[in-house]
Amino acid sequence: MKNVDLSTTAVRELNQALHEQAKQLTEREWAVTHPAGQHNIAAGVDEALKIDIHGHAGYYCAGMNKKADVTIHGNVGVGVAENMMSGVVRVKGSASQSAGATAHGGLLVIEGDAGARCGISMKGVDIVVRGDAGHMSCFLGQAGRFVVCGDVGENLGDSLYEVHIYVKGKVKSLGSDCIEKEMRPEHLQELTELLARASVEEDPKAFRRYGSARQLYNFKVDNAHAY
Amino acid sequence: MSKNPPILRESATFDRLTIQEIHRAAETGIYDIRGGGTKRRVPHFDDLLLLGSSISRYPLEGYREKCGTDVILGDRYASKPLHLKIPITIAGMSFGSLSAQAKEALGRGATIVGTSTTTGDGGMTPEERGQSETLVYQYLPSRYGMNPDDIRKADAIEVVLGQGAKPGGGGMLLGMKVTERVAGMRTLPIGVDQRSACRHPDWTGPDDLAIKIAELREITDWEKPIYVKIGATRTYYDVKLAVKAGADVIVLDGMQGGTAATQEVFIEHVGIPILPAIPLAVRALQEMGMHRKVQLIVSGGIRTGADVAKAMALGADAVSIGTAALIALGDNHPSLDEELHKIGSAAGFYDDWHEGKDPAGITTQDPVLSKRLDPVLAGHRLANYLRVLVLEAQTMARACGKSHLRNLDTDDLVALTVEAAAMARVPLAGTSWIPGQQGY
Repeated sequence: MKNVDLSTTAVRELNQALHEQAKQLTEREWAVTHPAGQHNIAAGVDEALKIDIHGHAGYYCAGMNKKADVTIHGNVGVGVAENMMSGVVRVKGSASQSAGATAHGGLLVIEGDAGARCGISMKGVDIVVRGDAGHMSCFLGQAGRFVVCGDVGENLGDSLYEVHIYVKGKVKSLGSDCIEKEMRPEHLQELTELLARASVEEDPKAFRRYGSARQLYNFKVDNAHAY
Repeated sequence: MSKNPPILRESATFDRLTIQEIHRAAETGIYDIRGGGTKRRVPHFDDLLLLGSSISRYPLEGYREKCGTDVILGDRYASKPLHLKIPITIAGMSFGSLSAQAKEALGRGATIVGTSTTTGDGGMTPEERGQSETLVYQYLPSRYGMNPDDIRKADAIEVVLGQGAKPGGGGMLLGMKVTERVAGMRTLPIGVDQRSACRHPDWTGPDDLAIKIAELREITDWEKPIYVKIGATRTYYDVKLAVKAGADVIVLDGMQGGTAATQEVFIEHVGIPILPAIPLAVRALQEMGMHRKVQLIVSGGIRTGADVAKAMALGADAVSIGTAALIALGDNHPSLDEELHKIGSAAGFYDDWHEGKDPAGITTQDPVLSKRLDPVLAGHRLANYLRVLVLEAQTMARACGKSHLRNLDTDDLVALTVEAAAMARVPLAGTSWIPGQQGY
């Protein structure tokens, strides 16, 4: 295992070393200590590495991740795993706003709470939040699965496209064009598998499903009140 | 004595166009959407003149003495800045709004003359990357098709905060152009009216932007230049904030700059022309000691080599063209007049680019129409046009005694109108008066 102490090593040096693993893999397991809320830690990784960050990370931790399995043993700032393509990012603490923004693939697990706009414009990622999620979560969500085991703030799924949303707790309000939908067997199976993959123990039957009403997909004068 | 025919007086306030628009709005209940930039007359480069030389200045021989045209972009922080042969780049336009053939043609034309082209709100296509020697990858609020592999394939990254036709507005691609391929690249259902976000999803404000730029640099190992594109509005402040956030290059787009589709009212009533915006940007850069260190690319209504020369004399390092490039490919060509009449327009007027019916095969996703555009031929047309722009600009620079286009400056300019003098901050022709600069 390679140990990198960010109290003595710059984030730039760490990221360069991680990126070079995509060219020649010499060390698969990495432990990062003393992150001290620094930004852009492990951004742009492109190899199946196992990276453990011991402490709190700042903005865009594991941004644009591909293939890597990144665990943050603390809280994270804005945009954790933004635009992730594949791999797994797990936050042991809570995440600030825009977690998993625009992410195309992979799995993001937030074991604490997620701030506002979690999953904004998500494009295929799977997101599981064990705690609560903030307002405007899944805003403009395009594809993927979004699971919240706690409560969700205002305007969940506003202007939603094809994301499957599952919430166990209370939803303060639904955004434009987001509606509650029937939980059919295939959805229960999908949720069961996703919770298992996220190592989250919850009863899938306790969740409700939400999705797009698809009424705002095209301009209609009668829908002007929705905006 | 015969009776004179009545003289009908048209209202200046309620002219025929206004009346037509009120009727259209009353019948449809929705605003008008079109492509392009502002059509209204605004102070522009036509309101400036270059002075040339006589006794007080010494001209260069037009056909003998060299006038350089190259430009380096992005050497503030990037380890691999761009070195273009000419200071005229192709602006960002999406695959989706344009056909794949048009994107390929833009790449071919730009490559022939040694300049860059730019992706748009829809990701990078293989056709475009394959034919563009130098390709700038736009990083937009929607992040459609955004992925780290394409970022690494790009030669520079352009963080788009706005464009001149619609500063503060998001992109728009109506359902008729959201085909299977376009929808797939954008992860959208086929046929939806795609309305892009106007704000980036994971940052707000200039302090966040600095961190976002740092992230993009980290992902690309500090190799690629990072541009920041803004629509011309509160330009002085926006430029200062972009520089502070770490931009290598500022791209400034005036209200004449085109869009693929936006509300007509937005295009005509939001933002400012490029003429007053350039001096605002230059002043901001100069005050920060960053003029020529952070390069300034300007766009919005560049048509001729004279426009290029005047923009550079005002302080730009390069210009960018979009609408003019599409015209060079064949958009609105007179040979299409009959077909354009069939869809309610005419050659020289066609701006319903969002409908995807362009008989030129440029602003369409219709496979039959798209095939009409030969990317090789169209690329050569664009290259020819770019060569003419350069030759024209060089001609004027030599006449001003300049051995490189970058040496043009505001001393080479005068204004024809008080408004242009005030906006461009150059003297009114025949006077030494720059309105607002000498106490009156």
